[in-house]
Amino acid sequence: MLHLVLFTVFGLICVAGAINLLVQTHPINSALSLVVVMGSLAVEYLLLGAEFVAAVQVIVYAGAIMVLFVFVIMLLNAGAEERSKGSIVALMLGVPGMLVGSILTAWVLVKHSGTQPVALGALPGHPKDIAQLLFHDFLLPFEVTSILVLIAIMGAVVLASRPESIEKTKKEN
Amino acid sequence: MATSLNDMMQTVPQWSDYIRILPEIVLSLFGMAVMMLDAVMDESKSQKALGAVALIGAFGAIGATLYQAQYPFGYGFWEMVRVDAFSIFFHFIVAAVTAVVILASFEYMEVQRIRAGEYYGLILFGAVGMSLMSSAVELVLIFIALEISSIATYILAGFRRRSATSSESSLKYFLLGSFATAFFLYGVALMFGATGSTSIFAISRSLESGNISLLAYAGLAFMFVGLGFKVAAAPFHVWTPDVYEGAPSPVVAFMSTAPKAAVFAVLLRVIFEINSPVPTRMWLIWIVAALSMTIGNIAALVQNNVKRLLAYSSIAHAGYILVAFAALPSSGIPAAMFYTAAYAAMNVGAFAVISHFGGEGERYVTMEDYAGLGKRSPLLAVTLTIFLLSLIGIPATGGFFAKFYVFSAALQANLVGLVIIGVLNSAIGAYYYLRIIVAMYMHEPKQEAPVAPIPMGAGLALAISVVVTIYLGVIPGRVLNYAQQSVSELTPVGQVVSLQAPHAVEARMATNVKKALAH
Repeated sequence: MLHLVLFTVFGLICVAGAINLLVQTHPINSALSLVVVMGSLAVEYLLLGAEFVAAVQVIVYAGAIMVLFVFVIMLLNAGAEERSKGSIVALMLGVPGMLVGSILTAWVLVKHSGTQPVALGALPGHPKDIAQLLFHDFLLPFEVTSILVLIAIMGAVVLASRPESIEKTKKEN
Repeated sequence: MATSLNDMMQTVPQWSDYIRILPEIVLSLFGMAVMMLDAVMDESKSQKALGAVALIGAFGAIGATLYQAQYPFGYGFWEMVRVDAFSIFFHFIVAAVTAVVILASFEYMEVQRIRAGEYYGLILFGAVGMSLMSSAVELVLIFIALEISSIATYILAGFRRRSATSSESSLKYFLLGSFATAFFLYGVALMFGATGSTSIFAISRSLESGNISLLAYAGLAFMFVGLGFKVAAAPFHVWTPDVYEGAPSPVVAFMSTAPKAAVFAVLLRVIFEINSPVPTRMWLIWIVAALSMTIGNIAALVQNNVKRLLAYSSIAHAGYILVAFAALPSSGIPAAMFYTAAYAAMNVGAFAVISHFGGEGERYVTMEDYAGLGKRSPLLAVTLTIFLLSLIGIPATGGFFAKFYVFSAALQANLVGLVIIGVLNSAIGAYYYLRIIVAMYMHEPKQEAPVAPIPMGAGLALAISVVVTIYLGVIPGRVLNYAQQSVSELTPVGQVVSLQAPHAVEARMATNVKKALAH
């Protein structure tokens, strides 16, 4: 029960973050919403018993990749930072909403604290199992992914290069 | 993870595993070779040489496919890929289309002033994905292969950098295509939720044991939507005309045939191997086939741009192929396979003509430009006429037998309504194909579009396409027999394949291969 509640709560947070990511106009806000999505996804993985994947999710996605995202946005003139004092609607609805939400969650947690906690490593999701899947059962898809990444890099190079530069090299020759 | 002794011994891929993916290995190696050579060679001299390397790669893949066919069929990489007559048929189509497209691009690149290195590399890597799609029997691998093929084509569509329509085409294709792939992935996830596996055989076994959950239906439907988009079947076809209009013509030749063939291979495997008793799926296919044929043909009637016209025609042809999917497996699968092959030959040819005639910046693509082509360049006009007649389905061309087999397969399955719609559509289709032919031979041009003499690369590409189109129209027997033979290999798993543990098959195959190599 507790499991399901947590799963639903973080699932909803994840979806809300994803929607917010789409509707935000400032790239930084979108990037921060993506952090929420990644973080709640990590919790979902944890709840599904995949501790290793959850940890990797936090370290790689929420950590490294998001930092990269934010850097890129900063470097590619993200536009002037807006100083907003926050809308009244957010203040009036957001703060009570957050309070009610956390109290509700806390209440559910306390009420169902009798349920057995999930022991770490009790479910499949051990690095050894993942290694078995990744380097044995799914070896071919894993290796083929490298071609996918290679194509993506080539595509970035092709589409990002300026057409003028191609013309210029042609003329020089 | 339960591991048998047999498994423990085979923790590393065997030689037989590599033979199972030999064409893909060849294509990848040549793709990388093209990239490397592009970096080290002088740009002014490298363009033709890179094309030649890519061409050798494509022919190498054809050779690898034939080599693969000598070995007993079976699984590779722990039931990830399955090489059988079916996969070899599609491997051959993909590799042959790749070769012809590279030939057709030789002079086109120069005329359009496009840098060749990444272009040829992407075509080869794209072909890797398409080949893998036709042999993969595991949805995760199918998804990755689909992504490889799709992303390669998104980028290729935007290769005419100086043209705004090309960028538009690339971006539209990318956005809508990723959306469709997401649908497919969601379907795979739901299927995994319903059956606990992503292997097509395991899914099939799980569904055959009865008790099909709603999740499985939803999964199959989502996968069908994703794949339907990739083959441009109505109602998921809206992207096609814009993308085909803007993309470079040789790329259109490529992406309207090879990835489609591969996706049809996936659809055939998914639909016929996951042989669940789902009567509704037939209705689904019935509706999509009828819609695709009708929408494609009727919209094509009013087109003035030849590329757009052929884009709508390709929607219609996807519909004809889907008619075979609604039929019984024994006759439907070979019919669909034959149609895919014939369509690949004639469509690649037609776009090869367009890419040669278009000139710099693809300026000459309207019906008026084609007026009087019969007098100015009789050879070009005759070749285009052959392809268009084949697209109509005139006897003695591949298109005739393709349509014939599809409709007779549908009749065997008592799909009279669908056949009537199909035949009526063929009649509508004849009108707009004939319009181009009439324009070429009977109309006087207002403004003469210049025609360059046919260069060697394009000439070879055209010659190959013409020969194959006519070969399939005169002696279709061999290809059809091969397609029919592959059906027996594709029989629903419950009956034949699953009785033997795939690992046993694998072990037996390994010894067979070892024996063969010892000779």
